Amino acid sequence: MYNQSRSRVIQLIFIAVFLVISVQLLNLQLFSSDYKIQAENNAIFRKVVYPDRGIIYDRKKRAVLENTIMYDLMVTPNETKGTDTAAMCAIMGIDTTEYRKRMIGCIIKNTSYKPSVFAPLVSQEIYARLNENMFKFPGFILQDRPVRTYPYSAAGNVLGYVGEVDTTFLRKHKQDGYQMGDYAGITGLESSYEKILMGQRGVKRSIRDNKNRIQGSYENGAFDTAALAGRNLYTSMDIELQQLAEKLLGNKIGSAVAINPKTGGILAMATSPTYDPNLLTGSERRKNYGRLVLDTARPLFNRAIKGQYPPGSTFKPMGALVALDEGLITPSYGYGCGGAYYACGGIVVKCEHHDAGHAASLRLALSHSCNSYFSNVFRMAIDNPAYKSPQQGYLKWKEYMNAFGLGVRLNIDLPSEDKGNIPDTAAYNRDFGGPRWNSCNILTLGIGQDRMLATPLQLANAMCFIANKGYYYTPHFVDSLENENIDDTVYMSKYRRKHQVTNISAEDFDAVQLAMLDVTVSGTAVAAQIPGIDICAKTGTAQNPHGKNHSLFVAFAPKDNPTIAIAVVVENAGFGATWAAPIASLMIEKYLNDTISANRLPEVERISKADLIPAAIKHWYAVKDSIKLAKLLKQVDADKAPVFENTVDTKKITFDPEAEPNRRDSDTGNINKQKSPIIKPDEKPLKKPIKK
Amino acid sequence: MSSSSHSSISKGVDWLVIWLYAILVSIGILCIFMVEYNPDKFTMGSFFTFNTNYSKQLLFAGICALLAIFILLSDSKLYTAFANLFYVFGILLMLATFVLGKDINGSKSWIPLGGGFNLQPAELCKIFTALALAKYLSRLDTDFSKTKSQAIAAAIALSPAVLSVLQHEAGLALAYLSFFIVMYREGLPGIILVIGFSFGALVVATLLIEPNTLAIILTLVAAATIYFMRRQVKRDRPLLIIIIAIWGLCVGIQRFAVPYIFNHVFECYQSQRIYSAIGKDYDCSQNKSAQNEVANSKTVKKPDDYNVRQSKIAIGSGGILGKGFLKGTQTRGKYVPEQHTDFIFTSLGEAFGFVGCFLFLGLYLVLLLRIIFIAERQRSAFSRVYAYCIASILFFHIVVNVCMTIGLFPIIGIPLPLISYGGSSLLTFTVLIFILVRLDADRQMVLR
Repeated sequence: MYNQSRSRVIQLIFIAVFLVISVQLLNLQLFSSDYKIQAENNAIFRKVVYPDRGIIYDRKKRAVLENTIMYDLMVTPNETKGTDTAAMCAIMGIDTTEYRKRMIGCIIKNTSYKPSVFAPLVSQEIYARLNENMFKFPGFILQDRPVRTYPYSAAGNVLGYVGEVDTTFLRKHKQDGYQMGDYAGITGLESSYEKILMGQRGVKRSIRDNKNRIQGSYENGAFDTAALAGRNLYTSMDIELQQLAEKLLGNKIGSAVAINPKTGGILAMATSPTYDPNLLTGSERRKNYGRLVLDTARPLFNRAIKGQYPPGSTFKPMGALVALDEGLITPSYGYGCGGAYYACGGIVVKCEHHDAGHAASLRLALSHSCNSYFSNVFRMAIDNPAYKSPQQGYLKWKEYMNAFGLGVRLNIDLPSEDKGNIPDTAAYNRDFGGPRWNSCNILTLGIGQDRMLATPLQLANAMCFIANKGYYYTPHFVDSLENENIDDTVYMSKYRRKHQVTNISAEDFDAVQLAMLDVTVSGTAVAAQIPGIDICAKTGTAQNPHGKNHSLFVAFAPKDNPTIAIAVVVENAGFGATWAAPIASLMIEKYLNDTISANRLPEVERISKADLIPAAIKHWYAVKDSIKLAKLLKQVDADKAPVFENTVDTKKITFDPEAEPNRRDSDTGNINKQKSPIIKPDEKPLKKPIKK
Repeated sequence: MSSSSHSSISKGVDWLVIWLYAILVSIGILCIFMVEYNPDKFTMGSFFTFNTNYSKQLLFAGICALLAIFILLSDSKLYTAFANLFYVFGILLMLATFVLGKDINGSKSWIPLGGGFNLQPAELCKIFTALALAKYLSRLDTDFSKTKSQAIAAAIALSPAVLSVLQHEAGLALAYLSFFIVMYREGLPGIILVIGFSFGALVVATLLIEPNTLAIILTLVAAATIYFMRRQVKRDRPLLIIIIAIWGLCVGIQRFAVPYIFNHVFECYQSQRIYSAIGKDYDCSQNKSAQNEVANSKTVKKPDDYNVRQSKIAIGSGGILGKGFLKGTQTRGKYVPEQHTDFIFTSLGEAFGFVGCFLFLGLYLVLLLRIIFIAERQRSAFSRVYAYCIASILFFHIVVNVCMTIGLFPIIGIPLPLISYGGSSLLTFTVLIFILVRLDADRQMVLR
């Protein structure tokens, strides 16, 4: 037929065009690897699966920090058609304007196709009401979310809390796979054992669609890695003892630390004022945190490891040990104290006792806490003829102190521990213009004053080595980890190592222990006695530049087989025997007898109710409350926007109670007397109604 | 009529075409299934609930099968006899669309049939046009070497296209251009196709190359032509004028016509689609219609090449062997818009990779070449022209659709024959192919 050749042309065109298409397909599918990556970025959603954090147990395997489920109310805005808005608002306690505002916020943040948080961590009550009405609210779901919980509401400063990581944290932990929005331990054990508690994160890959909605798992999870739950910590803490300590320290500023000298395991570490750690979980976290941080009594401050106190008389057993070991005195050495130490001329150290013979031997002097005796012993140590100068003598003495764990960090398993202070010779050289000082200049170091500072933890640790007659273990909370591996054992070995404290002989320790036993038998702390238990103790009444003396007490018991060593400090509370001693005594009884005898229970109440908060801090609370009240009144009066001018005044009157807890303000007289200043300001009943 | 009643319908039927048809329709349904598949909601029963696209397509396929049998049972003389009548009916239907038309996705080319089904007359009109063109070209008194006949044939082919353009269905209109392949086969001077291609090349060059550079290149080409043809030019002065006229035309197109068309005739999104097919970005602020909209204080959304980008990602991520049936992440994630209709090829490309695409295109090529083979064995000019019409329409649809998904052609809404979701499209191609099969079965008869 005619034009037959054109058939060939057409066929060739067809084939040619198909070849061109094939070449482009080759180009796209074989030679451009870029499209694969783009496709993955498009469609594969990598979700980090967070494992449950490890649980922290006390010594009797009671969980003191565990996980619970709380619920976020999530909403997918484009699915909320038909939701009973009024009912939702009624349950949530918001108005429709707020509802709409949150909805718009969700859409802006997360588009209307994806679920976003409508209300985070709703309370139990709201959860219950929502749950039974959920059918009314299409588009809303309650999503569970693990939250930390503290069943005993105790030991907040020890256990710490988790919080959202910040950029500094991310910079420091680049290798650990944290990302913005993750939670990590911020303080306490949560922080120092973060790596163990957090477990191992898993990655779940899923397919998402063009609107970022999840469509199902990718390759049936072939590339997913499972999350490994965090491992549990088994601590030496006794939560009941901890609760008792916190109760006894109520309405006081101070700290109590109890250690098992046999292991170095800390039994209780209380600091006061403290806070309910459950305040820092859940939806109110931010608000509560803000309040706690601004609180002038600093409830977030762990005084047990960061509070630095002059040890006062509680130092005397250590002074005695140095002198005994140096061979400067024997247990029978006596000193004629006439009520004060006059040997240094201008510097006179007063003694509480005047009766002759109260310092006739080490035993008597220690049990009666004779200042003259220990001033003298200290001078002997510094002016020891074995060393060329007082400076040399001092260095030797400082070496002892450091070996006792004073003036050095003990490296407990809590973050930001302070090391107290045993001054360096350089410090004195600076003050005295060179090495021209002598034992008289630094005399009060001998009775735990001058520049000597120790944390309650260090004092408790000192009791440990005296109880153990020469060694201590690094104080720590965590005894063992769940599924401990080699790496962990290496890590934990520092808490299981015995620290030998020089080579002081057992006889010297016996002498000191005997004297300390007398403290509760016939000495300064007879009141701390517990029938049937030999308590070796030492009271301390530390003068301090901030006001009334601190009340201190250190002890260990039972004498022959010590299982508890304890240090208690109550700020500005006067004699050691008055407040610190009974607190320690009750704690020892609780620990050793597992209960407190009925006849001493009223004592617990009496002590815990005793209000020893310095007046300055009370004033701060009073002013804060009155400002709040004034603001409320103003609002009612003017019926307009609140005026915040008063906030300036708040700043003016805040001051650091740590620096000057006992400052006497001129207007202390007209402070509202309040029973307990450490109650949450929000919970206080309003004295005037807001609306007429 | 009597001849078909006592002969089996399978007699003389070209089974290869029917098998290819069946395979392609099945692939189509599976592709639509891939696009819609959701493991959480899927049950085997959902193939027959008719509320999903794949089950609807299955229904359409069933209807098409019945229709195919009906066509095979019919008498082939019917199609020659009523070709012109059909054509008039088709044109009337398209005109009716302007009155009854329903607006779907911005195009007014649908007539609602009720029950959620809509008819697109422009699709059906392809059949009628093919028949009418075959009828006209096979007339004994048609001398296709005459320009008048060529003009009439072109008018028959392009009238529905003009109506389609008026319905804002530029893509469907373009499909009618494929009839020029038929006309070429029947004696249309090759130069017209060459001129057509040259024009296309010039437009693409205009978009690709900076205007002044292109003008210089064109001038150089013209000068070189004159230099090499100086002997002929000396002998034949008008040749010089022709060359200069062509040069002037080219430069005119390049400097004025193309920018004018892009800025004043096309909508902003259309210009952008053409630009993005060659990998460039179109500045919408030059566009007249966009300026008008801005003037009417409507917000003009800048169209982007999202479709092509996602389509290329989906196909490109398939690799050599693809991700496997139902394992395409881009398909599951619905990243490619209109994936069940115009972009159905992407699901195939992602799931089965280069090998799959190559085999799939191979099926198409076999079908096309088979139809040409069938065409050339016809005794009747009507059947031959009709077969070429079908080959051309199929070829045009396949090439434009596939090229559009792989970024070689601007996006125009043209379905992939037998694969894309859509009853109108499937029905049209079924009828087109089975009329051919019917005609081919009667190839011994001389039809007019």
